[in-house]
Amino acid sequence: MSGNEAQKTSAPAVTQATLVKKARGKLAYKPADVSPQRRLQRRYTMRLWSVRHARFLEWVYARFADLFLMLHPFWNAIGYARAERPVKFVERHVKGLMFDCRMCGQCVLSSTGMSCPMNCPKQLRNGPCGGVRANGHCEVEPDMPCVWVKAWEGAQTMRANDAILAVQKPVDQSLRETSAWLRVTALAAHERKNTSGTAA
Amino acid sequence: MTTRPPQIDENPAGVDLPLEPLPGHSSRGRLERVLRRGEFAVTAELNPPDSANAQDVYERAAVFDGWVDGINAVDASGANCHMSSLGICALLTRMGYATIMQIACRDRNRIAIQGDVLGAAAMGVGNIMCLTGDGVQAGDQPGAKPVFDLDCMSLLETVRTMRDEEKFLSGRKLSTAPAVFLGAAINPFAPPYDFRPLRLAKKIAAGAQFVQSQYCYDVPMLTEYMKRVRDLGLIENCFILVGVGPLASAKTARWIRSNVPGVHIPDSVVKRLEGAENQKQEGKRLCIDIINEVKEIDGISGIHVMAYRQEEYVAEIVHESGVLKGRRPWMREAGADDALVAERLDHILHDNASEKPVDMVKNANSE
Repeated sequence: MSGNEAQKTSAPAVTQATLVKKARGKLAYKPADVSPQRRLQRRYTMRLWSVRHARFLEWVYARFADLFLMLHPFWNAIGYARAERPVKFVERHVKGLMFDCRMCGQCVLSSTGMSCPMNCPKQLRNGPCGGVRANGHCEVEPDMPCVWVKAWEGAQTMRANDAILAVQKPVDQSLRETSAWLRVTALAAHERKNTSGTAA
Repeated sequence: MTTRPPQIDENPAGVDLPLEPLPGHSSRGRLERVLRRGEFAVTAELNPPDSANAQDVYERAAVFDGWVDGINAVDASGANCHMSSLGICALLTRMGYATIMQIACRDRNRIAIQGDVLGAAAMGVGNIMCLTGDGVQAGDQPGAKPVFDLDCMSLLETVRTMRDEEKFLSGRKLSTAPAVFLGAAINPFAPPYDFRPLRLAKKIAAGAQFVQSQYCYDVPMLTEYMKRVRDLGLIENCFILVGVGPLASAKTARWIRSNVPGVHIPDSVVKRLEGAENQKQEGKRLCIDIINEVKEIDGISGIHVMAYRQEEYVAEIVHESGVLKGRRPWMREAGADDALVAERLDHILHDNASEKPVDMVKNANSE
């Protein structure tokens, strides 16, 4: 009987999680109940604007990609590796402003209704998880509209509205912090060369 | 080994051994056979123990005996730490149970997951269910690092590649491919509602062969969803199991609604529970009513009973809803030799009888 009681006192009934939760209330500085990822980003007004104007941005990007491809000889002349730094700088800031870009280096904005999937706390690239709240907000961050609810809205307005149905490959983490623009251009140039090579 | 007649879907050489491969089947498990035969399947979720005791797992599995075709081993559901799904599957497959191993992308990267898939298949796990997993903030360890290296879709594709093309994601060859039946989860009850059926199509394209849904408390919503799923022609390629479960009380229902992500409970359900005299009984009744409605929907191949902390009611719910139509799923039975020992155990232990042949002869002579 006494052994049983001793065991009771020695084993704490509270879990680590309870301790953490209790301590949180006592702290002078209490961070908002959001993920670290969310703390890194700006307000999402611009991001939502981009989704609303997905069709326009799709058009702009198509022209822009053509322009980049036209500049292929130039990139080649200075070397893709050397162009990487300045292009990445511009890309990071432009896409950072418009989409809250995370520089995953393998942009899929055209297939996700211009809503960057890397802003999802679970970084889902293939559609919404099952935890979306009834009001269309995120399970992890209750004040953020679900990235994929927005993506679906954006994709509906786009010309290529079935691109969202393609199954995306997992993120290649080794491509983080590289320029997606240059990679896409280099690939397109390579493809163009191949097709013209076979045609000739 | 066993002298009793083998049950249906059982390897006569031993309950823990994989079944004979059948043409058109991708696994050697029991669940796939039941589904492909066109029978209404029942699966249940095992509440994983917070202990290192194998007996805890066996006891929790024993309550489903003879009532379910597959047992889901959850992978830290709700981001709460429990015994791992691989560990539970290791224990249950030894005993001959058909397990559905869940893999959540939250905790492991692609290297760990592919290794686990091989290990699981080698142990005789016939079904693998690919999930994204709840966010770490939902569980008991909010300070953990969320991994999410793959998502459920790319996980499905990875395992399918391993099975069908016999190679890792990297392209390296496997000498034996994991023969698994691939599952995924669906939630028809969360926005964006128009996208949900298409997302199922995407999952099927990525490799899903069966899906289990989130708790269903809103049958009209499910009917609407299934209508679109049928229009897309998805029911030919995929078995759909609807998640059901008893609610313990109106208070629980309200708590689940506000705290468990992705569960949609309409007000009418809460009202019905509130009005009842015995809320627990009413919750069970409600679950059975939902099953009876759901089983009539065209394209539903089974139910997935998630009776969290009410596992003992699963048998009752399945029995009263009559979904098995008299069929009895595989049930763990002791072999004839073990049964004999069990019968005589009391005598051997307590009667102090010596059964050595020498003593027996001596006793016979003295008498």
